[in-house]
Amino acid sequence: MTRYASVLDLIGETPIVDVSTLSPKKNVTILAKLEGRNPAGSVKDRIALSLIEAAERDGILIVGNPDQILIEPSSGNTGIALAMVCRLRGYHLKVVLPANVSPERRQLLLAWGAEIIDSPGSEGSNGAVRLAQKLSGEHPEWVFLYQYANPANPLAHYTTTGPEILKDVPEITHFIAGLGTSGTLMGVGRYLKEQKPDVQLWAIEPPSGEMVDGLRSLNDGYVPPIFTDNRGAELLDRRVVVRLRESIVWTRRLTETGLFAGLSSGAIMAGAVKCANTIPDNVKATIVTIVCDDGWKYLSTGAWSDDIDDVVERSKKIIYF
Amino acid sequence: MAAKVRIPTVLRPVMGGDASISVEGATIGEVLDRLTAAHPNVKSQLLNDDGTLHRFLNVYVNDDDVRYLGGVNAPVANGDEITLLPAVAGGAL
Repeated sequence: MTRYASVLDLIGETPIVDVSTLSPKKNVTILAKLEGRNPAGSVKDRIALSLIEAAERDGILIVGNPDQILIEPSSGNTGIALAMVCRLRGYHLKVVLPANVSPERRQLLLAWGAEIIDSPGSEGSNGAVRLAQKLSGEHPEWVFLYQYANPANPLAHYTTTGPEILKDVPEITHFIAGLGTSGTLMGVGRYLKEQKPDVQLWAIEPPSGEMVDGLRSLNDGYVPPIFTDNRGAELLDRRVVVRLRESIVWTRRLTETGLFAGLSSGAIMAGAVKCANTIPDNVKATIVTIVCDDGWKYLSTGAWSDDIDDVVERSKKIIYF
Repeated sequence: MAAKVRIPTVLRPVMGGDASISVEGATIGEVLDRLTAAHPNVKSQLLNDDGTLHRFLNVYVNDDDVRYLGGVNAPVANGDEITLLPAVAGGAL
């Protein structure tokens, strides 16, 4: 079917494409699920709809009630996806956004009518979470969906992303995704482990630039409640950190397959290659990765055209992940 | 058997300012024990009282999280690079 009643009906059922030409091993297939195909442009459309619908079911949000205000910390994609859904539902969204996110993200938020509240850029995502928690405490009348702790976040992936992957790739042996709120890994991971316990779950820790510098001490660290609630430490099989430079290198390499993907997808692809390299030559494996969003929001980085050293330096100052 | 430990920016002011420190040890536990013996003021930020890793600290050997390689018992080889990273929220992924 290609005719839909609402843009919201376009969320999910994303295609999966073979990118094994980038696999370092002949016996390892790598497949990428293209979440940039969602209408607001990222994997976060799934959770935005899920968070809003859960709040509506619980009576926290009422469609058609005027003057309903939501507040949410986001470094970009969740805010953008929520802004689109809120626009359709008539809710006012305030997004707490680190001041140093890419200009494309700010413009997309404004395009869908969201209000931006800046949090200190040096404090990164942790600072945005802290400020949103503080403001929400001061304004109990605002609805705080809190993507980092809301079970509707992993549930969206447990009920949609996970089943879509298994239906399209029944031979899957490894699932690899990035660790932000941990919603994708916890939701897809739980579903896959229940259906096919041998599937290996790899988490890619995004490269951290300035955001780590914003911590006053390690005690300012943050582990998303979703990760703890889902016993993430036990659910995962491996967790690797990917550097800025290799993320950019693999974002560029993805264009060899025709994919114009965002920088976090490059980081995940770098992780998929590391994973492929651990698999013995006589073992067949099928890795499924996530392309979280397309490259459009990252053009101002010069990631595809500029000298890679310059891009790496720039990426340390601006939050792209 | 020395490994290179990369120190996060947040800890550099209280650990002598170097971006990396060379530390001897055959396991992550031994490396962290030597590191905290030399810099006792950061011990409570790196390790819990029972010697396990602090929940807000992620430790990587050659970019692999040691929690999945045996925790403090994860082996360390000569020339390995150990990265200490505070847990951050991420979010765009």
